[in-house]
Amino acid sequence: MPTITDVVCPLCGCLCDNISVEVEDNAVKKVSGACAVGRAKLLGHESRIRSPMIKEGGEFRECSYEEAIRRAAEILAAARRPLLYGWSSTVCEAHKVGILLAEVLGGVIDNTASVCHGPTVQAVQGVGLPTCTLGEVKNRADLIIYWGANPVEAHGNHMRRYSYISKGWFRPGGKKDRKLVVVDVRETRTAKMADLFIKVEPNKDYLVLAALRAIVNGFADVIPDEVGGVPKEKLVELAEMMKKAQFGIIFFGMGLTQSRYKHNNIEQAISLVRDLYAFTKFAIMPMRGHYNVTGFNQVCTWQTGFPFAVDFARGYAWYNPGETAANDVLSRKECDAALIVASDPAAHFPAESVKYLAKIPLVVIDPYPNLTTEIADVVIPSAISGIEAEGTAYRMDKVPLRLKKLVDSEFMTDEEILERILDEVLKIKGLR
Amino acid sequence: MAELLIKNGIVFDPINGVKGEKMDICIKDGKIVESVSSEAKVIDASGCIVMPGGVDAHTHIAGGKVNAGRLLRPEDGRKGLEPRTSVCRACSGYSVPNTFATGYRYAKMGYTFLMEPAMPPLKARHMHEELMDTPIVDKAGMPLLDNNWMTLQYVKSGDIEKLAAYIAWMINATKGYGVKIVNPGGTEAWGWRKNCGLEDPVPYFDVTPAEIIKALAEANERLSLPHSIHLHANRLGQPGNYETTLKTYDLVKDIKPSRDRQVMHATHVQFHSYGGTKWADFESKADEIAKYVNRHEHITIDLGAVMLGDTTTMTADGPMEYNLYLLTGRKWTNCDVELETGAGITPFLYSGKVPVNTIQWAIGIELALLVEDPWKVVLTTDHPNGGPFITYPILISLLMSRKRREEVMKEVHSVINQRAVLPTIERELDWYEIAIMTRGTPAKILGLHEHGKGHLGIGADADVAIYEISPEETDAGRIQKALLSAKYTIKGGEVVVKDGEVVAAPEGRTFYVDVRYEDEEVWKEMLGDLERMFKEYYTVSLANYPVQDHYVPKPYVIKAGAAE
Repeated sequence: MPTITDVVCPLCGCLCDNISVEVEDNAVKKVSGACAVGRAKLLGHESRIRSPMIKEGGEFRECSYEEAIRRAAEILAAARRPLLYGWSSTVCEAHKVGILLAEVLGGVIDNTASVCHGPTVQAVQGVGLPTCTLGEVKNRADLIIYWGANPVEAHGNHMRRYSYISKGWFRPGGKKDRKLVVVDVRETRTAKMADLFIKVEPNKDYLVLAALRAIVNGFADVIPDEVGGVPKEKLVELAEMMKKAQFGIIFFGMGLTQSRYKHNNIEQAISLVRDLYAFTKFAIMPMRGHYNVTGFNQVCTWQTGFPFAVDFARGYAWYNPGETAANDVLSRKECDAALIVASDPAAHFPAESVKYLAKIPLVVIDPYPNLTTEIADVVIPSAISGIEAEGTAYRMDKVPLRLKKLVDSEFMTDEEILERILDEVLKIKGLR
Repeated sequence: MAELLIKNGIVFDPINGVKGEKMDICIKDGKIVESVSSEAKVIDASGCIVMPGGVDAHTHIAGGKVNAGRLLRPEDGRKGLEPRTSVCRACSGYSVPNTFATGYRYAKMGYTFLMEPAMPPLKARHMHEELMDTPIVDKAGMPLLDNNWMTLQYVKSGDIEKLAAYIAWMINATKGYGVKIVNPGGTEAWGWRKNCGLEDPVPYFDVTPAEIIKALAEANERLSLPHSIHLHANRLGQPGNYETTLKTYDLVKDIKPSRDRQVMHATHVQFHSYGGTKWADFESKADEIAKYVNRHEHITIDLGAVMLGDTTTMTADGPMEYNLYLLTGRKWTNCDVELETGAGITPFLYSGKVPVNTIQWAIGIELALLVEDPWKVVLTTDHPNGGPFITYPILISLLMSRKRREEVMKEVHSVINQRAVLPTIERELDWYEIAIMTRGTPAKILGLHEHGKGHLGIGADADVAIYEISPEETDAGRIQKALLSAKYTIKGGEVVVKDGEVVAAPEGRTFYVDVRYEDEEVWKEMLGDLERMFKEYYTVSLANYPVQDHYVPKPYVIKAGAAE
């Protein structure tokens, strides 16, 4: 069987690029180097959408790509305020076409960050982000903190390739040369590995971070005996570990971004890292979920000036999360059509948003059936990026890698489908 | 492609010695030609100045650091909002414009070639993705090669041959243009929250910045690259740093250049020309720096001039940005890049009410006026560090008009009369000197004049700027206005700007250097070292590291070394 090496895994923000796959009869038969979830995706056992479909009288009927694309373009071109959402499980080449389409349509474009690490972006826009690439952690870090993140289950190879368990230039002993701290509301599998586990009461992360900042800055005397369910001694212990580390890093997840106080939590965490610069070297990094959620934010930023939640109604890019994010225009029942690409908002958005999404004309481009394809009016299947199509993705530390095409596909790529839709829209609008 | 005839303009083409002569320029198939047929479209340039397209030798326009700046500053994004047109994409930003705005705005000022000077090699793909999305202009990027662990090890072992082989590999892998150096040793030390002076050993690597600079200069000449080393010296922005700066320049004075050019290009020298011992006695030492540059032939500089106002500072010099953040308390981003380099970003307001900022403003202008030979000076603001590129017309008007300088000097802090040299300088640059500093010098320094850039000789690229202004004009306001909105900009023979508006936005090309290192033994040993580095310490595989051809859809390849 022919083996393809140095495959980049198109699953999570780790973008592990040391995967080998064996291909036979145009199918991936064997995968080595990937975590269990990555392997499952690469092996491709999930069911697929077989054909483009249009819903008529409440029933889907199969149709040609041409027909589905034309119908999608008609829906979008007729809309006064279309929403273009998703993007995090496809490649940057598709993002670029999507942003141009949003510009041409005068629509709103947003990605899954707005229900995930959007608060992180907003915090960064408030205070900045002292961060690094993952190799800095591998080679230098002697203190690793996971806060509201559970890599053992969500980012299977993160610790082995990039952090606690990996070996590096200045940490040849791997985990023997490092300390692991986990802060979470429950004792996760990651927490079980930790040298120090700090259990925080739900929604009290902000208090704990503020207390840590006070201790680090020399105001331990004002801290009560217990903060957010954590005894003061433990906080003092952690603060000392942080100050004495040679290179520390905080990896944080949705436990911090999507619990109460959202972006304020992240501002506190980043500010804590800035405070620690008075003593030592420190960094902080969000654990991005989908493999190219970071890439959309990058492309959207260089093309529009803003990372997500961009509204082109005025002809220029207007960014104001709270006004221009997907759930804002859905909950105000403002958008009158939607294009969803490579994501499943029906499974993740608030019920009110999903109900409204089901009412308006909805086009979905995705390789897989999901809850959103169920409520769609036009479904366009696409090739799986990173398996059936190549393209660019950005790792959680913003390192870009090129995904490979491993097998041939009968399906069009996201990029091709979007280009065809754009072309049709331009024709309908008399711009081509 | 259609022919063009630019008639009756007053032409300034320094590389060809054309000094304000009334002459016609003929264009065919994207190149300057001897003559055109009667079919040629005629552009009447009477009463206009005609120059080659501008070349910016140092401008931070694309890549991870620039994008982190955009993300950090949505408030800057809102400053430059422009709606989509039938030709142009939507624009945003002032000091950190989106990629589309970067291309359009430079073209409107008559610029047609841009050098991104600080590409972290690991993120080279990102820079190229942004360059692809920067319309109209041609461009290139220089990889950072001075804090890399491979470099530090070869400097330590004194192995210039392997260092040259490594540089050749990296320039090819990143599709880069030349050797960029930023705070050598200091950026690696920043991995431990430390910094390095010129003679301080880099922690754990046991080499000094001085040794790194010398070795890279030697390796650069060993490969005979089109550009020399491009150096951001140690101690940027610190009071009293001019002594370090002068010592740094002196390090390479005995190295022979492999081409007819400098051995070292020192960048954003304004930030390196400071006297005093602390902020309170901070003063200009532009005169000392200029004196050195006037007496030596191995060095060229660009200004990194400061223009008063708000901007975004960004550099691979991580410790410098942290110190700046400590001064202002504003937001701050840092991103260290494994085995290679780092980056820091923080907003900054240069205020004429602040003594230090006032002196910084003076220094940039002083350097341009005190260095006697304009062929040693490139006009830059180190965009966006000293100010956004969109302020170039203001800077040029200040260099050309003493009256304008005096007006500003009345408004800024009075410290300018004690601790700057500017009030005593009478020199006013003329259009020819401006054309040298914005066209001739940057093209020559980068070695681009041999590839059709920076001049209007027969066979050159038909990149032309036409400004509606008389060469006799001395009014600073009119100079500024004419330079901000070119009457015409022609790129590769196509009219892209007319009456200050973008009328066509073709894709530009990306220039990169294809350099071969010929000693196979050394090459193999270097590759062995490199493979170990990737296997043990990088978090991406060697096979996935080099930039694929997809990211340079419109290449222009310059061969160097054994590939030449």
